[in-house]
Amino acid sequence: MLYKYLRVSLFSLLCSSSLIAAEVHEFFLDNGLQLIVKEDHRAPVVVSQVWYKVGASYEMEGKTGLSHMLEHMMFKGTEKYSPGEFSRIMAANGARENAFTGSDYTAYFQTLEKSRLYLSFEMEADRMRNLVLIEEEFSKERQVVTEERRRRTDDKPINQMYEYFMATAYQTSPYQHPIIGWMSDIQNYTLADLQTWYQRWYAPNNATVVVVGDVEAQAVLALAKKYFGPLKSSKIIPPYPRPEVEQFGIKRITVELPAKVPYLIMGYKTPVLKTLSEDNHQEAYALEVLAYILDGGDSARLSKNLIRGQEIASSVSTGYDPFSPLTELFSFSGIPTNSHTVHDLENALREQIQQLQTTLVDQTELERVKTQLRASQIYELDSVFYQGMKIGILETVGLDWQLFENYLDNIKAITAEQVQSVARKYLINKNLTVAILNPITGAKK
Amino acid sequence: MKFLSFLILVFSSPIFAIPTIQHWQTDNGAEVYFVPAPDLPMVNIEVVFDAGSARDGNKPGLAKLTNSLFTEGAGGQSADKIAEHFDNLGAEIGNSVNSDMAILSLRSLTETELLQPALEMLALLLLKPDFEETSFKRVQQQMLVSLQYQQQSPSAITKQAFYRAIYGTHPYATLAGGNPESVAALTRDDIKAFHARYYVAKNAMVTIVGALTRKSAETVAQRLVAQLPSGKTAPALPPVASLCKTKRIHIDHPSTQNHVLIGQPGIARGDPDHFTLYVGNYILGGSGLVSQLAEEVREKRGLAYSIYSYFAPRRVAGPFISGLETRNDQTAEALQVVQDTFQKFLNTKLSEETLKKAKQGITGMFPLRIKSNKNIIGYLSVIGFYRLPIDYLQKFNDNVEAVTVEMIQEAFQRRLHLDKLVIVTVGG
Repeated sequence: MLYKYLRVSLFSLLCSSSLIAAEVHEFFLDNGLQLIVKEDHRAPVVVSQVWYKVGASYEMEGKTGLSHMLEHMMFKGTEKYSPGEFSRIMAANGARENAFTGSDYTAYFQTLEKSRLYLSFEMEADRMRNLVLIEEEFSKERQVVTEERRRRTDDKPINQMYEYFMATAYQTSPYQHPIIGWMSDIQNYTLADLQTWYQRWYAPNNATVVVVGDVEAQAVLALAKKYFGPLKSSKIIPPYPRPEVEQFGIKRITVELPAKVPYLIMGYKTPVLKTLSEDNHQEAYALEVLAYILDGGDSARLSKNLIRGQEIASSVSTGYDPFSPLTELFSFSGIPTNSHTVHDLENALREQIQQLQTTLVDQTELERVKTQLRASQIYELDSVFYQGMKIGILETVGLDWQLFENYLDNIKAITAEQVQSVARKYLINKNLTVAILNPITGAKK
Repeated sequence: MKFLSFLILVFSSPIFAIPTIQHWQTDNGAEVYFVPAPDLPMVNIEVVFDAGSARDGNKPGLAKLTNSLFTEGAGGQSADKIAEHFDNLGAEIGNSVNSDMAILSLRSLTETELLQPALEMLALLLLKPDFEETSFKRVQQQMLVSLQYQQQSPSAITKQAFYRAIYGTHPYATLAGGNPESVAALTRDDIKAFHARYYVAKNAMVTIVGALTRKSAETVAQRLVAQLPSGKTAPALPPVASLCKTKRIHIDHPSTQNHVLIGQPGIARGDPDHFTLYVGNYILGGSGLVSQLAEEVREKRGLAYSIYSYFAPRRVAGPFISGLETRNDQTAEALQVVQDTFQKFLNTKLSEETLKKAKQGITGMFPLRIKSNKNIIGYLSVIGFYRLPIDYLQKFNDNVEAVTVEMIQEAFQRRLHLDKLVIVTVGG
């Protein structure tokens, strides 16, 4: 019937006072569905997440936001259940349920009392293959999504500016488009577009089911066989690769919007584990360490030097995701204090970067990052949802969930020289995009 | 060896029990609430003072600014040193203020060489904050920028106007962040006086959830608050006046949506109607996509992405709030639908089937409420701070089951006054 026990592994976190280990089981059903079960017996609950390999980065121009729109429609009925019934049944069973769409995934989840896992499997399996798309439901839900876009983006100056920043920074990468889609695309796609998108991506062999909680792996496998097992697989044709072209020099934009405070975003194009060859994986980990040196807690450099110290930033942060499937931005963003401008803030951030390029980071800073990451790996175990999320994201972007097992070791191996080297190689003008939000009074001009 | 300990962990999985809360007092009068959670080698600790923004007096923002300054310097240790200290231990220090509570929180691993120094520093922060000039000025400026920032957010503007309108002259009328005039006028002397009055043992509570024995938990609590002056408990807050009539407020804002809040003063913690209103509101607007409001506003008409209602009980009457955002030209329609839904809810007795499903949902979800240390400490702080029965969690589902359709209709008719609603809209 199916492969069994492809890999069994220990999620072990080294910790002097006790050993925390949780068994992670991975299975594949005959139809290609991947099932990953992590046992966590602290409370009688279970989280069940279905991850599909489809998201905003799979979409083409003119159809942006289609994956997100389809996510909404997944609650609008199947051959067996009427529109909205999914949520009504889940609610009556005390499930906390929702769904989310990202650049590289669409995921549906329920957290429930452990004996009700079957319900999640039964209904997720049903809507994986038997969705019924109805014009009347679609036209209402399209309105809901336009309201969602207004609320999330159009009426939030920083979020709107971020859209323009991304569209400027990326030239060929699909990351240039917002996950929710451009408004005109939301208003123009048809029921047939959704039908095509659903048929193209929603199949057991394009899905990973992640279950974390007070369950027994073999019992979950039996349940998965029962509900997901009979589903037919599809021929999945992966999207054409659309790598970002090389950038040759700084890109700058100013966004003028009704707002009260200015805002700065700077982003340097950087590689990620997935775009680096195996030999160069340490570069992604070095960038991760670099992000923590700058912004890992109140003692990190940006808080210490820009918020305190020079008092140039009222708030400031960095962002980098080594687990993204496509070229990422190592980004800086912040609000200047009232006595400084966004230009002062940009200069101060560039000084911080320059310092990383010219002077080796201190050994105590590296130690601090490692201690923090070790602690946060344990803190994360307090959330079943987050444990599932980490596994789901890695699998869906085509990395192995077991990467997390070696994550801390890989971080620990990073040297001050490697941090300096990635700062010199990637945090350079050639890779940089800068966006400034310039507040205006009155309405949008 | 390693493999053996792994087996033991798997086969000794704990049998589920609703956590029993342990409660005692320190010698100088601080209340302590503790739940042991032996599975992960970590501990969550909160030190909670009755020093929320309701204690601001005529200086809105005072409670929050005071609470933000603890990590900015204490016992001669600079903000840099304090931050390094916690970060180097992998410990997370946090601070927050709401209308009733001021909280300092710590999350740490339980290894002695990590936990001990983290506790020492937290105790120092509580006992000897410096409140020195540079930090004071900087954090004050940050609060001012944050208030400016809120003025570009229609949702923040709506919230400010809503609380002002339902609470009038009551301390709940201003939010913890204060307003630009009052924050700019705050002085270090204000901070010192506020600290001396409210950050005292009799006004303090310690909650602990983590891999500690009762004995170590006692030591932790003792270490954190034993040196605090005993002081006095905070005085009772004034009662909240009912509204006399409906108030309609609109504020122009260059946004594409109107943000809408509708409501009035609701209930206090421990109110005898609490569970009745909670279950009723679950049906009305508290159950996500399934609630009556969501059905009418979103599912049937596509008018909004987010639509909800809730009671937020506080020390004295907290708000009843319903909210949504909708395209500017649909505002009147959406408002009408919400009010009609309220009206229908009051006039129509719920079916037994509807109530049954709601109860199943609420009681079925109970295990989710206490699934993590973080969830449990949240309940602990509320139960302790508001002196709710110590078996609140054990009795939770029974209290839900006891609610009837008659009780819901009677309580909503008595407590929700549709002729005295505040309606705030912000947008174009």
